Amino acid sequence: MNIYKVIIQNSMKKKYSIFSLIKNAFSYHENWEKAWKDPEPKKEYDAVIVGGGGHGLATAYYLAKKHNMKNIAVVEKGWIGGGNTGRNTTIIRSNYLWDASAGLYDHALKIWEGLSQELNYNVMFSQRGVMNLAHNLQDVRDLKRRTHANRLNGIDAIYLNTEEVKKFCPIINTSPNIRYPVLGGTLQKRAGTARHDAVAWGYARGADEMGVDIIQNCEVKGIKRNGDSVAGIETTKGFIKTKKVGVVAAGHSSVIANMAGLRLPLESKPLQALVSEPVKPIIDTVVMSNAVHAYVSQSDKGELVIGAGTDDYVSYSQKGSHDIVEGTLNAILELYPIFSRMRMLRQWGGIVDICPDASPIISKTTISGLYFNCGWGTGGFKATPGSGDLFAHTIANDEPHKINAAFNLNRFVSGELVDEHGAAAVAH
Amino acid sequence: MFLIDCPYCGEREQSEFKAGGEAHIVRPKQPTELSDDEWAEYLFMRKNIKGIQFERWIHIHGCRKWFNVARDTSNDVIKVVYKMGEKPPTI
Ligand SMILES: Cc1cc2nc3c(=O)[nH]c(=O)nc-3n(C[C@H](O)[C@H](O)[C@H](O)COP(=O)(O)OP(=O)(O)OC[C@H]3O[C@@H](n4cnc5c(N)ncnc54)[C@H](O)[C@@H]3O)c2cc1C
Ligand SMILES: [Zn+2]
Repeated sequence: MNIYKVIIQNSMKKKYSIFSLIKNAFSYHENWEKAWKDPEPKKEYDAVIVGGGGHGLATAYYLAKKHNMKNIAVVEKGWIGGGNTGRNTTIIRSNYLWDASAGLYDHALKIWEGLSQELNYNVMFSQRGVMNLAHNLQDVRDLKRRTHANRLNGIDAIYLNTEEVKKFCPIINTSPNIRYPVLGGTLQKRAGTARHDAVAWGYARGADEMGVDIIQNCEVKGIKRNGDSVAGIETTKGFIKTKKVGVVAAGHSSVIANMAGLRLPLESKPLQALVSEPVKPIIDTVVMSNAVHAYVSQSDKGELVIGAGTDDYVSYSQKGSHDIVEGTLNAILELYPIFSRMRMLRQWGGIVDICPDASPIISKTTISGLYFNCGWGTGGFKATPGSGDLFAHTIANDEPHKINAAFNLNRFVSGELVDEHGAAAVAH
Repeated sequence: MFLIDCPYCGEREQSEFKAGGEAHIVRPKQPTELSDDEWAEYLFMRKNIKGIQFERWIHIHGCRKWFNVARDTSNDVIKVVYKMGEKPPTI
């Protein structure tokens, strides 16, 4: 009985609940147990995931949970969630044009809908809706076409005229006299936002509980090959032997591919975002606009969360150009004159890995045991749970799931691209 | 944000320029004889280097001329600017 109790306590984390919250309040929240351990790497694992962002941690979680692979590790060069996972504007939606993308992103959206319960971790998923605006005749046609395509794929989509846009989000300037007047828009009501850090932390906690080693401050420096198969990885914490390596390194994917002698169809570019000082609730949805490249939502803290565009040059410097921010704010002010006296609090950049067709790669490679999950570019946060689930399937079975089959590396040879560049409204 | 030394106009703010991507990718001389793999290499695969990259830029809001730049992509420091048709410098 006692031994049983000890084992249970060691392997199972205490559930977060209203009771644990009250109990911990009595000790000034100083006695919460650690959400994950801080282990040294073992000599060998059955699989190693490179990159401790949301996608990497979700991959490890599903490898352990659904494929019973527990002797695995996630290695992260900095701290978990410190990459694009912790830098993005957290927009989640699945209203993509093409069938393959609709399947991929809606798979993720369905998991989001039950994720807080599954992880016993509040990821603050909020289905506040995402509206995409049309500013010219071509936008109107594209967005109507996308609405129809979405419906055929069973994805909720509504087309709104200008008055309906105004009704849904009253602070938008719908005057016909602005430079790019609002001619209409689409609305996906199931879409919304989530708390980015919580997603990384929730998956880390869940994976750790199942025995996954989460190793931070451990940079991968080389990939050791044995002929055409993977033999292990060189890291700043020594050599780790493993036959399966899943790389989920976002902006640094090409750097790691180069270590294995591979080339990827990616370019890494800075993408910026900024937040304002916190104010009372003023916008209860997410509004995106492709033509003027501006999108905005409001965080639970009250900050306006504003996304800018990418710079057009390759850079790993994690800071973008000022004129990009300026352009975005010009557009924001024209669409929302009410924000004209808001002060911006913080601005930052992340390095996003962009594919020629603006669709991701979740794929095997020509090297056996080496898998890549990359190319999410400016819009992969929304896919985090689905991406982890499908990448875990691909690694465990050495074969893609049917939902990610189209997102293989070979599409750049066969020409079967999934071109979401123009199609997906703003690419986030 | 950085300055670029246009070989024709001198040093200007980067926003006057447009990046043209990796330099020295030569269009295949016999396109009809290329395999699908070779086409993929030419069209899509990029070095995407973290470190010194040779790349093309155009002074789009200035003289509108193309030229090459060797830039460290890890910190955006430009090492050398050289003209179209010139060989990449050894750095
Ligand atoms: C400003 C901005 C706004 C965005 N807005 C949105 C949005 O609104 N909606 C949306 O869906 N998406 C958005 N995105 C995109 C989204 O953030 C990414 O697609 C997604 O977070 C990628 O997740 P990831 O786990 O693959 O990457 P990351 O979180 O970047 O994780 C990769 C990890 O790999 C690690 N790593 C790299 N090299 C090594 C190495 N050699 N060894 C060990 N570890 C290594 C990194 O340190 C990093 O932690 C935005 C991105 C940015 C930058
Ligand atoms: Zn010039």
